[in-house]
Order: sequence, then structure tokens, then C-alpha cells
Amino acid sequence: MSALGAATARLRRPRPPRTLAPTRAVERLLAGNAWLVFAFLYLPIIALVVLSFNDNRLASVWGGASLRWYRELVSDAAVLSALRNSLIVAVASTVVATALGTAAAIALERFRWRGRRTFDGMLFLPVIIPDVTMAVMMLLFFVQVFRFAGNMLGITGAFGLTTIILSHVAFNISFVAIVVRARLAGMDHVLEEAAADLYASPWQSFRHVTLPLIAPGIAGGALLALTLSLDDVVITSFVAGPGSTTLPVYVFSLVRRGVTPLINAVSVLMLAGSMLLVIVSLSLQGRRTGGERRRDGQRSLPSA
Amino acid sequence: MRTSIRTAAAIAALTLTAAACGDDSSAGAPAADCVAGQTDGDLLLYNWNDYMDPDIIADFEAEFGVSVVEDFYPENEEMLARVVAGGAQYDVVVPSDYMIEIMREDDLLLPLTRSAIPNIANVDEDFTDPPYDPGLLFSVPFLWGTTGLGVNVELLGDVEPSWALVFDPEVAGQLPGRILLLDDARETMGAALRWLGFSPNSTDEAELQAAADVIEAAGEWTAAYNSDLYADLLISGEVVVALGYSGNFLDAFGDDERFAYVVPKEGATLWTDNLAILATAPHPCTAHTFLDFILRPEQGARLTNYIYYPSPNAFAAEFIDPEILEDPAVYPDAETLERLQFLQDTGETEILFTDLFTRARS
Amino acid sequence: MSTSTGLEQDAVRAEARRGLLIGLPAIATLTVLFAIPLIIVVAYSFGTRTRTGRTDFSTLDLSAYQRLADPLVLEIVSRSLGYALLTTVICLIVGYPFAYHLATRTPRVRAVLLVLVMLPFWSNFLVRTYAWRVLLGSDGPLVRLLGALGIDDVVLLFTPFAIVLGLVYGFLPFMVLPLYAAIERIDHTLIEAARDLHASGWGAFRAVTLPLSRSGVIAGSVLVFIPAFGAYVTPELLGGSRTTMLGSYVVRQFLSARDWPFGSALSVAILAVMLLATTAYFRTGGRSL
Repeated sequence: MSALGAATARLRRPRPPRTLAPTRAVERLLAGNAWLVFAFLYLPIIALVVLSFNDNRLASVWGGASLRWYRELVSDAAVLSALRNSLIVAVASTVVATALGTAAAIALERFRWRGRRTFDGMLFLPVIIPDVTMAVMMLLFFVQVFRFAGNMLGITGAFGLTTIILSHVAFNISFVAIVVRARLAGMDHVLEEAAADLYASPWQSFRHVTLPLIAPGIAGGALLALTLSLDDVVITSFVAGPGSTTLPVYVFSLVRRGVTPLINAVSVLMLAGSMLLVIVSLSLQGRRTGGERRRDGQRSLPSA
Repeated sequence: MRTSIRTAAAIAALTLTAAACGDDSSAGAPAADCVAGQTDGDLLLYNWNDYMDPDIIADFEAEFGVSVVEDFYPENEEMLARVVAGGAQYDVVVPSDYMIEIMREDDLLLPLTRSAIPNIANVDEDFTDPPYDPGLLFSVPFLWGTTGLGVNVELLGDVEPSWALVFDPEVAGQLPGRILLLDDARETMGAALRWLGFSPNSTDEAELQAAADVIEAAGEWTAAYNSDLYADLLISGEVVVALGYSGNFLDAFGDDERFAYVVPKEGATLWTDNLAILATAPHPCTAHTFLDFILRPEQGARLTNYIYYPSPNAFAAEFIDPEILEDPAVYPDAETLERLQFLQDTGETEILFTDLFTRARS
Repeated sequence: MSTSTGLEQDAVRAEARRGLLIGLPAIATLTVLFAIPLIIVVAYSFGTRTRTGRTDFSTLDLSAYQRLADPLVLEIVSRSLGYALLTTVICLIVGYPFAYHLATRTPRVRAVLLVLVMLPFWSNFLVRTYAWRVLLGSDGPLVRLLGALGIDDVVLLFTPFAIVLGLVYGFLPFMVLPLYAAIERIDHTLIEAARDLHASGWGAFRAVTLPLSRSGVIAGSVLVFIPAFGAYVTPELLGGSRTTMLGSYVVRQFLSARDWPFGSALSVAILAVMLLATTAYFRTGGRSL
């Protein structure tokens, strides 16, 4: 075990030599592009935050600054319950979809088996299908399942958080699998073979070699899944049950009366919450991997 | 793989059989056996968002000792799709007039037990025999309104209320990119039909085609087709004339005198929002009690005071803000009332409405 | 049969077993939660709409599919195709250098930047889009900025520009994530070797980095193109619904027209065509890069 650990540590991707650094000019261009992209990504976020302090009921007409909507938010049970539902659905479906999607990616990219091609095609369908079609289809499906369960097994099913989570898993598996496969594709087997040569069991080699190598892909897939789940309106609204309204569904149902800055305030709180979560997890991670990083040495490039 | 295909086929067959069998059960639900004030569990309400004063719901909960679980939908059609598929496990829904007609024809609504809703007598006689539900056998109206034009009078001055404001090249054509129409085939096509002097419920293909041509020509000066933020866009100055629902405009305008809501002289849509009980309602008695509660004059007035739509409750007036009651934009005068008309379901012509509207915008 | 081929066959069989075993949970989930529900949609596509907007299964026919040949459908499809392609190309042009920059930071900075990319998307889709509406409005900061620069009378909101901007905004992370995952993986000694041989940075990039990040380019393009092709909320809110996109056309069939057979037929056609296109892209697209 420790021999394997040492071997994989040594086998870890060689540190990049400084020569690979693009020339200073190119590096500046890349950094400039990155700044522009971040500006683009955050421009509406800034507007969103500013508008959350808008005293006017109409989000797009400025009526002076106030904390009115934050005060209303704290006592708005419907919004808070929708927010809670959203978080439960997002976390649960992301965890399940990430596990299943990663496994699917490995099975498709690393092994040859009968039915692989069929599965490969099927995996793409949830990405392609129009939202509303998937919504109607899941709704009809669950109705049939409940009917079947009621008639045959005497179990009464109901729409609710479970049906929402299952539907989110159904579309998220594919997104995770695609991102993880992009990472796995073309990655050579040398390290896994080396681990096998060192008598690592398939599980050990997966746990200590493959998994660390594809971790960035898994993280990317999970982030994508989380985002998709947090934003889904159409599918969720069709498979929701009494009391399981999520935040996007709630917001969407406001359109006929106009969206108030209350929703901006909710969004700001969600942003603040996720930012806090990120900072905490990064600082924890930093503490945990601090030693390792020093051993890895400076693998970075001179930043512009 | 062959085995899995066979399994899939078997499951498909099973699913379809189940679907076919299931459909029989919904035909013509029998009326519920309820008495006034009876409750049989918590109320599951599928409603428009921000439509009812939340205190009304709270008062109902307190008085009858039940909880109200409330979910929201953005449009009638989404609610219908869920109900049709059998996935809306609610007691009470809030369909607009034309939707009552569709749901009634499809046996999706529970016939009301009138003895359990004594306050149904409070409904103004103008609304007791609507074309979409003659005799109010399946629904009770609780708000009504019109679909007309929000106008920036600061820029346009006193204009003649007419559909010319959005369709006439001589009038609307002078305001390029400043006109907004609803993203709703029936309302926008209906407005064009009225501007041409036809019925908004026309099923005549030539008339519908003519209306589509009007909308297509109007595309030149139409900024957008939008059903959600029309009042926002008018107030923020993005557009100067917008087609939309009366109460939303009035709510958004507040005391701002730069804007006005008008009902075009050629006629406009009269609509009601209604409470109805689903045929599959798990708690039909609580649902009846809720309908009766909403039809109390005080509650009717609270609804109007919250959202600026007029009340079809004949006895609500004494509890309504005098300011709202006297506002002709909220309560149109008798002459205007004459020109108002419900949109009715046109059956197969609905496809033509959607299709022509889609084509006209492209 | 010689022993060695027997062993090989055993190995192949073992691999097949293991592959199936690892994939099984996902296969089972997708079969139950997607493939079976999909059969319902296929069934609906053969039905006919009743007068009240229900679906009649007593006469199964292809009438819904015949309507796909309508010139209106073709016009809508080609328009959506145009927007989706443009969105994908812009996302790729902007996203590739961005993902490259991201992948060449220190691990810690990388993690922070990656999260910073995703963070805006954890707010709320509708609120973000409304924020763009305010930004692009005729009285908004962007028009004022352009005005200050001497460019007057610009209309941004409710234009094709606004649609593309909204789509790029919404789908850029879908491009960046797989690209990042692919670029970050590249063994940098290869680039070093290439640099030793070619000396030109661009040459090394073309010879090594680009081909090795191919899988990311393909995955990213697919993840952007497909949702952009079916997008409808963004085009409606920022484009003012002045033109109909495929996504909203499908929605309208299911909701306002209550024509489930046609909506289903449209969806089945989209699935079939896009699946073929995606598979072809995955098989051949890589080589041409």
C-alpha cells in the first residue's frame, strides 16, 4: 500500500518546465482575455446586486436604495421554502448524477463491452431532448408508475421532491458523463498499468491512480450538474407536487405580475452563500494539501 | 441487446395499456357530497403567484383550522398540461375563463355542490351566466379585468383609445420600435381581429389570415412580443404603447400620471379569473369551503384592493377602496362594458391561431 | 484453440464484464428514468389531436410527422441552427484561450478561478436575464456608454445581437468546463519537446496542445450547440420573441396549441437528427481538427 502510494506519487504528472510558458506577449493576451471574460460574466451580477437594493416594486425602474426586499425576504415563507427545496434537489441530484455519470464515463471510455454503442447513444438523448418534451414525458411516466404501483402493489405515490430529484438525475448523468469523458479520452493507460504491475488491485489502482487523474473532470461535471439543477424550471415545474416548488419555478410563476427585486435579493443571498461555502472549502482544502503542494513544487507559470 | 429490446417493448405495451385504461376513470366526475363549512383535510391550492393577498389565505387557515399548501404556475396552459397528464395533485385551481371551457369539456373539473357554497349568491348577475360556464356549474369568478393598452401619455398626449395605436401605419408606424404586443396568440390575434371589425372568436380562415397580415405588417414597428414585463418596459421608457392586462398596468403605474390605461373603442377582451375544483381533488369539501370563503364580500374586496382588478362580487363594493371604485380604468363605465367580450375556445381553430401568429411574427 | 487465445478471450470477457458492471448503475437509471419515458413520447407522436386538445390513440398514423415538412418548420429550424452555430463558435473562440489560461495557473488559483466562473450561475437564471435586460435597455449603461463614445441611437435590446449575447453568456461555462478538463490533462513535457523541435510557440500549440485537447473541444461544442439549438427563454426575453426559435415552437405545441402529437413528432425528429449529427461529429470531427 505505501509502496503503491510512493509509486503513484512519483508517477504523478511531471511538473511542467518553465519553457512551456507562452511568450510574455501571448501570456498577456491570455490574461487580458481572461479579465474580459470575467467582466462579461460578472456584469449582470453587479446589476443584479444593485437592483436588489432598489426600493421600486418594478425591478427595472430605479426607485432609490433600500433594504426593503431583504426585510421582506426574511419573513417570506414561500420564498424560503422554495430556496430550501432548491438546495435539497440540487445537492441530492448532483451527488447521485456525478457518481453515476462518472461510472458511465469510465465504462464507456475504458472498457469494451456489448451494448456499449447503444448506451453511448442513449447517453446523449437527455442532452438533446427539448426541455418541455422531457417535462411532459417525465410527468406522464410518473403518472403511469404511480398508477401501476397503486393498482398492483397498493402503494400510493405522489409528486414531490423525490420525483424532481429523479428527473434531475436523469438529465444530469449525461452532462457529467460528457465532461468526465473529455478528461478520460486519450489519457494513456501507462499509470494504471504501472499500478497493476505493482500488484495494485483494480480498485486500488482506480482509487489511487485513475480517480486523482480524472478529478478535475469530475469536479467540472459536478459543477455543471449543480448549475443545471439550480436553474431548471420547465422539467421541475411539471414533476413537482404540492409544497415542493423550487426557487426557479417560484420565480418563473411571478412573470405575469412582474418580478420584484425580492427575487434579486434571494439571488444575492444565494451568491453570498455559495461564495462563503467556496471560501470555507478552499481554505480547508488548502490546509489539507498544503504539505503536498510544497512537495509538488512550483508547477505554475509566471502569471501576468 | 436483443433481450433488452424485448423487455423495452413489453414495458411499452404495458405503459400504453395502463394509459388507455386510466383514461376511463376521469369521465364525468360525480359531484362531491359536502355541506357548507365542511373541511376534509388541508387545502392544496394551485394558484397564480402574487395574486391573492396572503392574509386572505392566512385568515382561511385560522378560521377553519386547516393548512393551505400553495404552489404557483405562470400560465394557464402549463396548469392544463399537468392536469391533463394526471400529475396535478391539487384541490383548487385558478383558471381564466377560456380555460374553464377547455377543462369543463374535458371533464377535468368537479361539478360544484351549490349547497356547500351559499355565497355563490353574491356573484354579480353580469357574471352568473358567462359563455364559458353557463350557470356557474363548475367555477366561481373572483376577479375580472380587461386586456387593453398601456400608453405613455406624457409622450403621446391624449390619444384616442383605439387599436390604431398598435396597428395603424399612420399612428403606430410613427413610433418605430416603441410598440409592444402580448406573446399570446389569442389576445394579439384577437386585437387585430377587432381592429379589422371581426369577432375575436372568429373561426373563419380568411378573417384569421387578414388578422395575421395586420400583425405581420405591424412587425415593422413592434419592439417585442412579451407577456410578462410589458408594464416594466412601458415605465422604463423602452416602449410607449403596450398591450396588456388592466390590473398589472394600474398596479405598476401607481400615482404616476405619465401613464394611462385605455380600453380601445373597437372593443377589448373581458376576462375573469375563477376558482374551480379538480375532478381528482383529494379534499373536495375543504375546496368548497374555500370557494365559499373567497365569495364573502369582505374577501372579494380584499382581493381587489390588493391587485386592482375589479370584483365580480355584487356586495364587495362597500369594502373596496373608494379610490379604486371610482377609477374608470379599473371599473370601466357602462358604455365601455358594452364593448367587452370573452375569448372563447375555438376547438381545432386554436392550432390555426397559434400557427398564423407564429408565421406573422417571423 | 490455443491456450494463449483462450486466455485472451478470457481477458476480453473479463473486461466486458467489468465494463458492463461499472456502467450498469447508470444504464439502469437511464433506462428506467429516460428510455422508458421516451417510449411514451414516441407513442404520442403517432396519435392525433382531438378537438379538445387531448391525444387520440385509436388511429395511429404519421400525420404529425407529415407536418414536419412545413416550410415554417424548416425556416424555424434553420434560424435556430444559425444562432446555435454562431453561439458555439463565439464560445469556442472566447472559451479556449480562457480555459487555457485557467489550466496553466497554480492548482490553488485554478480552483478559485474555476469556481469564480461558475458562481454567477448559482444565482437565478431569470434574474440574470432580467439583469441583462436592464443593462441592454435603451436607457441602460451600455447604450449610455456607447453614446458617450459618440455612437448614438443604438438599439441593443430585442435584437439578434441581444439573443447571441444571452446565449453566449448562458452557455460559455459549458464550453469552458470540458476544455479546462482536457487542457489541464496535457502532459507538458510534450509541449516542451515540441518547443525544442519547432521553437515556435504557435507551432507547438498546433502540433501538440490543440490535438490533445480535441476531446474537450468536441465535448464543449456539443454541450453548447445542443442546448443553444433548443434554447427559448433567452431568445424570448432578450430577443423580444420577434422571431420564433425551435425551442419555443416545441413549447407552444405542448402548451398553447395543445397539439401533443405534433410536439412529440417534432421532439422525436430533433432527437434523431441531433443524435446522428453528434455521433458523426464525435467520430469524424476529431480528425479534422
